[in-house]
Amino acid sequence: MLEKLIFGRYIPGQSVIHNLDPRAKLLASFYFIGLIFLCNNWQSYLLAFAFTLVVIKLSGISLKFFIRGVKPLIWLILFTVILQVLFTKGGTTYFEWGVISITQFGLMNGAYIFCRFVLIIFMSTLLTLTTAPLALSDAIEYLLRPLKVIKFPAHEVSLMLSIALRFVPTLMDETEKIMNAQRARGVDFSEGNLAQRMKAIVPLLIPLFVSSFNRAEDLAVAMEARGYQGGEGRTKYRKLQWRMKDNMVIIAFALLTIGLVFLRY
Amino acid sequence: MKPIIELNNLKFKYDDDSDKYALNDISFSINEGEWVAIIGHNGSGKSTLAKTINGLILPDSGSLKVCGLDMTEENVWEIRKKVGMVFQNPDNQFVGSTVEDDVAFALENQGVPRDEMLTRVENALEKVRMTEFKTKEPARLSGGQKQRVAIAGVVALSPDVIILDEATSMLDPKGRFEVISAIKEIKSEKDLTVISITHDIDEAAHADRIFVIKQGELIDEGDADDIFSAGEELVNMGLDVPFPEKLKKELSRLEVSVPDEYLSEEGMVDWLCKLNLNK
Repeated sequence: MLEKLIFGRYIPGQSVIHNLDPRAKLLASFYFIGLIFLCNNWQSYLLAFAFTLVVIKLSGISLKFFIRGVKPLIWLILFTVILQVLFTKGGTTYFEWGVISITQFGLMNGAYIFCRFVLIIFMSTLLTLTTAPLALSDAIEYLLRPLKVIKFPAHEVSLMLSIALRFVPTLMDETEKIMNAQRARGVDFSEGNLAQRMKAIVPLLIPLFVSSFNRAEDLAVAMEARGYQGGEGRTKYRKLQWRMKDNMVIIAFALLTIGLVFLRY
Repeated sequence: MKPIIELNNLKFKYDDDSDKYALNDISFSINEGEWVAIIGHNGSGKSTLAKTINGLILPDSGSLKVCGLDMTEENVWEIRKKVGMVFQNPDNQFVGSTVEDDVAFALENQGVPRDEMLTRVENALEKVRMTEFKTKEPARLSGGQKQRVAIAGVVALSPDVIILDEATSMLDPKGRFEVISAIKEIKSEKDLTVISITHDIDEAAHADRIFVIKQGELIDEGDADDIFSAGEELVNMGLDVPFPEKLKKELSRLEVSVPDEYLSEEGMVDWLCKLNLNK
């Protein structure tokens, strides 16, 4: 089950990208998504692709993982691309039938949207593949800290996040165990029509809910027994360190921005 | 010897309306540096007792003193610094995403400075022999290893008392052995007080004193020799019969005359050797 899930998985490693500050990676990923919308011609897409491929190469993770990351979203991508191709007007028309037409602009837009999707998925996959979930939640806590001014519970949100992340593999194991236990008692999870399948999920979901609540209770008691009283007066074991290579990320992205702006105008 | 934990006529019930007490008039005291086992049937109130000592449950009546402090709302956090607790389910008490984070969790709560935290975490992991697993996630550890991490989390805090709330009941025999020997080692090094709540006879056999609890009441108290010589009665108390006792019973069926008092495993070996010589 874990094997299928590429999105949101972490592959430990020691590459340059792995060792970057998670804050740098998180901000860069978001910035990149915004940046993609600057692209409006094939040269700029080429540049963006080249940049992404270089970064992927630096991460030392094989391209296969990234392509597998695109797979679960392929239907969404195709749906959007086809809509773009069929309903955009302009340029030379190659085919027309009622409201549907395939035009030069339509094809171009379709290709651009496809590139946009792939780039965004590659970049966000790269973020999760090279950043430990915990580091990511540390980064989020740090970046949310200014929001304390408006009484936003940054510490609580980050604790929630890191506990949620810590329990993902535990709950996955549990799901698998319950599924097997129910299969052993005759529940069939993979057959029948939609309604039957939905019904088959009930003997999986209810025990899972119950056990999650039990776990939550146990964990809360254990946390309290270990002196947890909320974020006040707490020190942090993990420390984020901004180093020279994190400055390099800023420089790289600045150059990319300049390049894309130049190609656009 | 100085008593470190004193209970006086402690009473508690979960449901105010029912007249079933989870703890009914329990009084005892535990001395500094003692290893005490609390045994009893399922539902006898031993886990409730453990939670009471850590202030997770406040008793309805009676008084409780831990490390010289009265258990009150104000003292509870101070007491928790001195009493470390390891729970039953190794998965559900693992707060951190990695081993080192989990060990550091209690230190973070106390506001220990980071530099000091690094050395204390390192030392605690060393004590339970988990240093090489420092950066591993809980999903990659066995049950016994997770419990050792939980113990390291307690050790890092350097408490005066460790409570093991059925800490070995979900482990396989190997994990159980590892956890018990880790505790034994730490106890002898730091002169801790250990309270273990257990079904496991080996764990109870390590104790200096054993308390037997039945339906919320303290029914028996004594050292391992006293308690284990009860033979078949042990099953009613919620314990298994220790292996030497089982052997003794089988031998007496074969009409070998066996001594009445409890023999530990070594004692049994000695006795058997002598028996052979006498023939």
